[in-house]
Amino acid sequence: MKLLEKMEERCIQCNACESVCSKAYFKTDDRTKSRIVINDDASATRDWTINVCNQCGECIAACSEEAIYRNKQGVVMIDAKKCVGCYVCVGFCPTLSMRTHDDELVPFKCVACGLCAKECPTEAIYIESK
Amino acid sequence: MTQHISPERIQEIKAARQVLKTYKYSPAAVDKGYTNKTLYINISDNTIAEKEITEEIKDKFIGGKGFGLWYLWNAVNKDTKWNDPENEIVISPGPIGGITQYPGAGKSLVVSLSPTTDSVVDSNVGGHFGPLLKFSGWDVLELQGKSEEEIIIYINGNEGAISIEKAPLEELNSHILAEELTALYADDEEDKRNISVVSSGAAAEHAMIGLLNFSFYDKRRGGQRLKQAGRGGIGTVFRHKKVKAIVIKYKGVRGDSNHPADLKKIQELGVKLHKEIHDYDDIQTRKRQVGTANLVEIMNDYDLLPVNNFKYGYNPETWRISSDILKTYVTQNVPDGCWYGCSLACAKACDNFELKTGPYKGHKVLVDGAEYETVAGVGSCCGIFDMDYVFECNFYCDTYGLDTISWGTTVAFLMECYENDIINKDITGGLELVFGNRDAAMELLHQVAKGEGFGKYAGLGVKKLKKRFVAEYGADKDFLEAIGMECKGMEYSQYMSKESLAQQGGYALTNKGPQHDEAWVIFTDMVNNLIPTFEDKAEALHYFPMFRTWFGLQGLCKLPWNDIEPADNKQTDEPAKVPEHVQNYVELYNSVTGKNIDKEELIRQSERVYNFQRVFALKLGFGTREFDKPPYRSLGPATKEEYFSRQDRYDQQLKEKMGIDPEGKSVEEKIALHRQYREQQFEELTDAVYKRRGWTKSGVPTIEHLQALGMDYPEVIELVKPYQ
Repeated sequence: MKLLEKMEERCIQCNACESVCSKAYFKTDDRTKSRIVINDDASATRDWTINVCNQCGECIAACSEEAIYRNKQGVVMIDAKKCVGCYVCVGFCPTLSMRTHDDELVPFKCVACGLCAKECPTEAIYIESK
Repeated sequence: MTQHISPERIQEIKAARQVLKTYKYSPAAVDKGYTNKTLYINISDNTIAEKEITEEIKDKFIGGKGFGLWYLWNAVNKDTKWNDPENEIVISPGPIGGITQYPGAGKSLVVSLSPTTDSVVDSNVGGHFGPLLKFSGWDVLELQGKSEEEIIIYINGNEGAISIEKAPLEELNSHILAEELTALYADDEEDKRNISVVSSGAAAEHAMIGLLNFSFYDKRRGGQRLKQAGRGGIGTVFRHKKVKAIVIKYKGVRGDSNHPADLKKIQELGVKLHKEIHDYDDIQTRKRQVGTANLVEIMNDYDLLPVNNFKYGYNPETWRISSDILKTYVTQNVPDGCWYGCSLACAKACDNFELKTGPYKGHKVLVDGAEYETVAGVGSCCGIFDMDYVFECNFYCDTYGLDTISWGTTVAFLMECYENDIINKDITGGLELVFGNRDAAMELLHQVAKGEGFGKYAGLGVKKLKKRFVAEYGADKDFLEAIGMECKGMEYSQYMSKESLAQQGGYALTNKGPQHDEAWVIFTDMVNNLIPTFEDKAEALHYFPMFRTWFGLQGLCKLPWNDIEPADNKQTDEPAKVPEHVQNYVELYNSVTGKNIDKEELIRQSERVYNFQRVFALKLGFGTREFDKPPYRSLGPATKEEYFSRQDRYDQQLKEKMGIDPEGKSVEEKIALHRQYREQQFEELTDAVYKRRGWTKSGVPTIEHLQALGMDYPEVIELVKPYQ
């Protein structure tokens, strides 16, 4: 199974990963459209730094439309054509890593493409195969 | 697994079709939950027409059953009967119906004149028909007339095409018919999800308690699921009109198909509730695991489960039909919602259930359910504690088009009549209808579907059977009135109200009859003791029926309101109302329609329609106090065996509540004392409830109340005037 792993203690909250992600999938530099989320709110009590899908697949079972599936690499994917925008997968994600945005009817998530890992200056995120 | 219809069979069906009428239209766009269009079809002369829905009608009647009541009111007069061509079947989803983000938002509301109550009735049903109707351009489908031949109505919402077709070859029973029609109209396997079928079945032709099935295609199970508009016999009306099915096809449901004013807010509310369900359902009501059947053992533990025609509330054999046993039948870990996005997922189903009896004996079928009311109705209420029987009976009731609640209560009534020698083997054609005889009960069901033997009468329902038994067999009328569990002609749903005064009112002080759609306050009253005084009970019997009516205006299901609760609900001022969820609904309505109501206006929306429905019943010759009188068994022990089963409790009540020493009194005397006291209590409750609802002592809305609600239409005022 291919997934984006993380070592949170290495993260310097530079947000480069969010930038590259939103540019790659939504053609815009807008971190609210990133599939990986960096917690850089210094004022908040921080119990996590990096939130990203761990490809556990609980959302596959939650989707009534069979719009979510695991591909050959073991990555959990969304078939936007089948999605009816019910957001059950968003509420049922144990790590709250299914993302939404006002501009989008279909939720989105990390597909372990590795583009952000290449940009990460501290190797806080990296692709692994399990 | 389902039957899988062969391509040859589909071709054969198609070849026998004859188009009687076609109609082209431009599907109206949905705007903030409404298309503002009604589709009118008259099958006497095959008229198809469009009607505009005005802002005033939307403001007064909102949608769903509100629209249904308005159209039916205008279609019938005081003398119209259920089997007149003027009677209609009106189907409408409501403005919130069709959103995909908030659980329980795909309901259709069906309104008609009822063969069982002879008054106006409405029924709330899942399945995909209502939302697909709206996305096809219609807020309402108004069906009037009576066809001379078997027909099917087909609506293609993408093409804007409607046809009425002669349909001689299709199967009548729903599990096959829905599959045939889905296969016939789908372009391919993928397209099956875009089709929904409304149908009934063979038994609805020989019974007054016929139901309508609303289908949806279950992609994971690869078969049609059937949800039921069960109460009030609308399936009987459907078959009387010679409609085999209404089919809708619409491709393209998306998260914004309902075109709400504020999609983002709806998404936020939806995700919040999805997460609540994800986190708490397993430790609250377990809807995702066992559907509504978790109530079976709870009701039994509290002595509230109907056993042997509501004589008793408990049986040690109940574990055999408990949710733990049910769990071994239904397929687990499947998102079992009856509309997109329902993460509460109570619509459980059993795959590959092998039938042991009847015309489909040996077939492996998909059974929808079993739900609590079915388990209790056809199971414990008939003294049958056998889960195989429950599933088999559930399947056949659905496919034959019979309401499991009314059927269960009717069979239980027949069993008690049999055990009291009111009917016997000569009358039943050899069926030994004693409590617990599952084989006789199953055979009787098949006879109803065939219209043979005692089955010609068994489906008449309790009210008509009582009259028949008195007239033909000289039965004791008072006894039958006491034990026949119907009010207004509708059979009781499955809760024992004997020890809960508020629930007695919840059942009897209703618009349409003793169902759980209007008020379910048995726990609040009896278990939690939150409404001790008459005024408290009256307030509950005002608020909860109004709040629940609102779901029927919007196209919503009641379950996500209080079958899942926020973690801190018990710490709120009014936990029974689930205040956070009430606020969710206020915000949902505002986010869909762009309006700005609060929780008080929410109740007023319901009050307008609820009071209108009460006056509608009045227009038809009902809707006054005498029709709210319940059978005595719903109030207290009607027979000696019931008294003995709770003797300590009843003796204690004589002492504590009535100040009477039971010592030395016969059981007959004690039953009579209880009856006098309990009937008096019910009358006092009725006074308090009517007053709170803004009604006169005769149960009719006051003119002032109707004026305050803005429901003072001249015809309405004329009807209530004599009762002021």
